Amino acid sequence: MSEHSTELKQTPLHALHLELGAKMVPFAGYSMPVQYPMGVMAEHLHTRAHAGLFDVSHMGQVILTPKHDMAALEAGLEALMPVAVSGLAEGRQRYGMFTNAQGGILDDLMFANRGDHLFMVVNAACKAEDIAHMKAHLADVAQVQPVTDRALLALQGPQAETALAALVPDVRAMRFMDVLSVDTLFGALWISRSGYTGEDGFEISVPATTVVDFARLLLDRPEVAAIGLGARDSLRLEAGLCLYGHDIDTGTSPVQAGLVWGIQKSRRTGGAREGGFPGADCILAELADGPAQLRVGLHPQTRAPMREGTEIWDASEGGQKIGCVTSGGFGPSLGAPIAMGYVDSGHASTGTPLWGEVRGKRLPVTVCDLPFRPSTYKR
Amino acid sequence: MKYTEEHEWLRIDGDVVVVGITEHAAEQLGDVVFVELPEIEAVVAKGDEVCVIESVKAASDILAPVDGEIVEVNEALSDNPGLVNEDPQGDAWFFKMKLDDLRVLDDFMTEDEYKDFLG
Repeated sequence: MSEHSTELKQTPLHALHLELGAKMVPFAGYSMPVQYPMGVMAEHLHTRAHAGLFDVSHMGQVILTPKHDMAALEAGLEALMPVAVSGLAEGRQRYGMFTNAQGGILDDLMFANRGDHLFMVVNAACKAEDIAHMKAHLADVAQVQPVTDRALLALQGPQAETALAALVPDVRAMRFMDVLSVDTLFGALWISRSGYTGEDGFEISVPATTVVDFARLLLDRPEVAAIGLGARDSLRLEAGLCLYGHDIDTGTSPVQAGLVWGIQKSRRTGGAREGGFPGADCILAELADGPAQLRVGLHPQTRAPMREGTEIWDASEGGQKIGCVTSGGFGPSLGAPIAMGYVDSGHASTGTPLWGEVRGKRLPVTVCDLPFRPSTYKR
Repeated sequence: MKYTEEHEWLRIDGDVVVVGITEHAAEQLGDVVFVELPEIEAVVAKGDEVCVIESVKAASDILAPVDGEIVEVNEALSDNPGLVNEDPQGDAWFFKMKLDDLRVLDDFMTEDEYKDFLG
């Protein structure tokens, strides 16, 4: 990412973060709360036990309106992603990713079918490039409109439904990856039953003008606490979810990243709409033959966390460097260090003993399944 | 009690100096999840990295505040790193050092000077 802009942008909730005592840090060009006085550990555990409210307004919200019909828009998007866009029912959301000609990932995202248009949420650090990419490639089929007058909240955790249903009863009927637009006192809320913590919960697009009032009402509830980016990171790591720019980027393919579940059969070899996306040759070949490297979970066997960049070796002395940690830290719900990263496929089976080099010392680490903690989505 | 610009506190205890990190430092670090202690009998020079502290956020080092020999380490921190957040200026001392001359401690900040330093 270029860092030519020195002025940090603020979300509509900036003043509320300061009022709540947040520690603010620069993130993807925004001033964002990394933690509140509760602290990362307690915020993480609160989200797992109750409900956490996250400001994710830095993320890009985009509306894609068809110029002709939805079918042409869907086909246009399918030419940018190895994902089935056509066939996604109205009121449903799906995970997707833009790929490049080498099969690398330009960004990962969520898109929803809202009847006469698609609604997309993309990563903050990639949103300008994503919008330019779509405007360039979808010019004939869609109007690409960044949504700039709305905030985005995530409400996550076992009590998220109780908290949100107190304000918007309709959400009780939603299942994982459903989307719903509801007119409320706060204007139209665009709600999806999803998130990035492994917990049941919601992402809620709220008009910027009313989001502070809406957030306050949620925060007034005893089960809801404001949660910062620090805990968001440890929650998604425990859930085995990729952070763009760390676990996935232009140098990793969806197959290496273990995101094969996101490539529907219709887009694979032999499918009805096989290939036809950037990097299809590489990605379909990797699907057939297996990738050279794979993203795996890693369980450090000592208490020392293995952070991003830790080299992974196949022996306690000498041997070969066979991988690297892409996300690592401490999992508060597991009470232990956890990490994920890429290793050569020959060393990727669960239980394989490996070594991570931490401050010049090789420490034992074991390949494990992801996620570290099972998700609790309401399916 | 004396204080360093690296947010360590130093307490003279007989002929040794007890070293820990200040409340301010502990708060900045956030929840501590791992502490790596130095070897006993290690002879260290001022500025050497002698301990590693990892919080949920990041790893940081404790530097030897003066030349000397490590004579004791606080093993309780290995089992319970969270002690650093609970009682940074008491039970969560990191190590004890033996110095040739305790007068080198005169150069460090007093509590009032440290408060001014924090601003």
